[in-house]
Amino acid sequence: MTTPLVSLQDLSVQFCGSRTASALNEVNIELGAGEVLGLLGESGSGKSVTLRTLLRLHPERTTKIQGKMLVDGQDVLALKGRALDLYRGGTVSMVFQEPGLAFDPVYTIGQQVTEAIRAHAAVDEQAARAQALQMLERVQIPQAKRRFDAYPHELSGGMRQRAMIALALACQPKLLLADEPTTALDATVQIQILLLLRQLQRETGMSVIFVTHDIAAAVEVADRIAVMYAGRIVEQGPVSQIVRAPRHPYTAGLLAATVGTENRGQPLLAVPGAPPNLAALPPGCSFAPRCVHASEQCRCEVPPLQSVGTQALACWHPLMPLAEAA
Amino acid sequence: MNTTSYSQAPVQDRGGPAQPLLVVRNLKKYFAVRGQPLEKSKKFVHAVDGVSFSVPKGKTLGIVGESGCGKSTTARLIARLMAADSGNMVFDGEGVDEFGGIRLKEFRRSLQMVFQDSFASLNPRLTIAETIAYGPRVHGMPAAEAMRQAHALLARVGLEPAQFASRYPHELSGGQRQRVNIARALAFDPRLVILDEAVAALDKSVQAQVLNLLQELKAERQLTYLFISHDLHVVHYISDYVMVMYLGQVVETGPVERIYGQAAHPYTRALLSAVPSMDPDNRTQASPLAGDPPNPINPPSGCRFHDRCPHAHPVCAAKAPLLIGLPGEPAHQAACHLNDPTSGHPAALTEVQP
Ligand SMILES: Nc1ncnc2c1ncn2[C@@H]1O[C@H](COP(=O)(O)OP(=O)(O)OP(=O)(O)O)[C@@H](O)[C@H]1O
Ligand SMILES: Nc1ncnc2c1ncn2[C@@H]1O[C@H](COP(=O)(O)OP(=O)(O)OP(=O)(O)O)[C@@H](O)[C@H]1O
Ligand code: SF4
Ligand SMILES: [Mg+2]
Ligand SMILES: [Mg+2]
Repeated sequence: MTTPLVSLQDLSVQFCGSRTASALNEVNIELGAGEVLGLLGESGSGKSVTLRTLLRLHPERTTKIQGKMLVDGQDVLALKGRALDLYRGGTVSMVFQEPGLAFDPVYTIGQQVTEAIRAHAAVDEQAARAQALQMLERVQIPQAKRRFDAYPHELSGGMRQRAMIALALACQPKLLLADEPTTALDATVQIQILLLLRQLQRETGMSVIFVTHDIAAAVEVADRIAVMYAGRIVEQGPVSQIVRAPRHPYTAGLLAATVGTENRGQPLLAVPGAPPNLAALPPGCSFAPRCVHASEQCRCEVPPLQSVGTQALACWHPLMPLAEAA
Repeated sequence: MNTTSYSQAPVQDRGGPAQPLLVVRNLKKYFAVRGQPLEKSKKFVHAVDGVSFSVPKGKTLGIVGESGCGKSTTARLIARLMAADSGNMVFDGEGVDEFGGIRLKEFRRSLQMVFQDSFASLNPRLTIAETIAYGPRVHGMPAAEAMRQAHALLARVGLEPAQFASRYPHELSGGQRQRVNIARALAFDPRLVILDEAVAALDKSVQAQVLNLLQELKAERQLTYLFISHDLHVVHYISDYVMVMYLGQVVETGPVERIYGQAAHPYTRALLSAVPSMDPDNRTQASPLAGDPPNPINPPSGCRFHDRCPHAHPVCAAKAPLLIGLPGEPAHQAACHLNDPTSGHPAALTEVQP
């Protein structure tokens, strides 16, 4: 890989409140230009924190960030003022699970996309409006001309999600962060949005980090999947390897517990227990309390993330060693 | 109330095994919506619009359909959490509307609901053992006995009483809270349990544990489930029969293998093929349905699916198809003109002679 577009190096994030929660623990992620990474993990594993840290959205007073974040050659943790504003929305932008977070209810969809374009490019109102309309057409909002003047609440869930994607792509970012953009949608609308994201990614060549707890959604859009557990990346690899030959016991457990057609009539292979409390992480591997392969070493020592090529793994007793990469 | 009039014994089976546990006929519920100030006529959301079905004893009926199609409203009407505009129900051979006094109480006890939001449905000020014991106590069970039962139920749903009984809801994980909700429902010894998105909020690795528990409890206690979910894989896994709803109406219903193997309604087929593929070399290429579900305030004429249906013909907009049994498989019913030889749809099935 040439210089990656995104490089997170030993990124740790702690929230210091009444209790200190270690939301991210030495996360390492690299993402090339034009690559789509699926960030897969259960509730509370740190997916949203990763994205919000990339956008520097956490309040500085209560958040302790360690490590390095490089995006498009910029040291994100060092950005200030105007440079930070240009970075947010210009280099990197985000779509959320809940479009309400992105839109202001008192302005029309068209006004907001136009504004976003003008905030990052020196174009006049007229040109920006034309571009905004093009964006709405591009995300396949039916009757985009008419919807240009609609307020966010006048659109259906699926259409609002499309409009939010238009807003995020208005300034042609190099990196799109998508935080569960389809989780709140019906299956029939979800697949439309997944296909749209895939198509837009191909057309623009942008990189995407697609956060989801649904492995099937990640398979539809991602080139690579990184699996998070309790604030750590535990496994990373090309989609087909993760789905067909998972190495980490957690990834394997997640796949085995996923309900499919073939399970009918038999008990599911559930992973016992529940994810740990981030304010009191176990001393060794965070998955050890639930893992059938756990040994004394697993309970005492955190397994380091080791990588070979595009694959990475943090486990003392993997189902298949990393070197055996196909 | 004296203790002898209270019986915690399971509500008796009356109609025998062939009698469906629940029969619902022509259930309707319209919600009035506030229109613009100048509008003359009131508008209504046709949330549940003539829903009929039955659930055999000891079986699970899965209910699927897009958001807003009326699944939860159907459940709430059955549980009598809200009054239906019209329609009736027969519970184990007896009309529910004829229930009064004790009998209505008994019906309420035989039917329990478990919802998605496990936090909102638990009282934050009660320990979980108290929460589980609360219902039976209100129904007259002596406190000590209710507590003993609560501990036994906690153990049954996999929460070690010594460790969990005195915890408060916020001290539990989502999966544990959902186990408490299940235990609480079981405390009434119900016969029918309505699970409305009961596993939706759970992490995938925990969801499987709860599904396994539900299956065990069903076998152990001869429970009947109404299982509402938007997760088509989960519905396939857990259901014996499946009912597909669209805009307040049932469009197809039948044995699970028929629905998932030989769906007869174009909407069911579209819904089922909207499931992501899980095969990286064979990703979904085109979405099976365009657009969002139409507005339930002004449902389309005729077949409500006609403006999204790839097989629509003028007859589909003109008259509403009836939910009828398929040739040779009366338990499998679909409401689509394609399945009705007499509909006038040019591509309709031709009559199959028995
Ligand atoms: N501002 C904050 N202050 C304190 N703790 C926080 C803050 N934001 C997140 N956390 C904690 O960090 C952990 C990771 O949260 P995060 O939102 O990244 O999870 P997630 O993987 O996105 O989960 P979900 O699937 O539920 O969205 C959680 O335990 C959360 O409670
Ligand atoms: N109390 C209410 N007042 C007015 N409208 C309501 C009310 N409850 C439900 N509705 C409307 O009735 C329709 C059916 O809602 P319902 O909650 O039954 O759908 P659902 O199938 O359960 O959807 P979901 O999958 O989103 O839970 C929707 O259009 C909804 O907005
Ligand atoms: S390190 Fe040990 S406990 Fe952790 S996943 Fe691997 S085998 Fe299991
Ligand atoms: Mg999140
Ligand atoms: Mg509902």
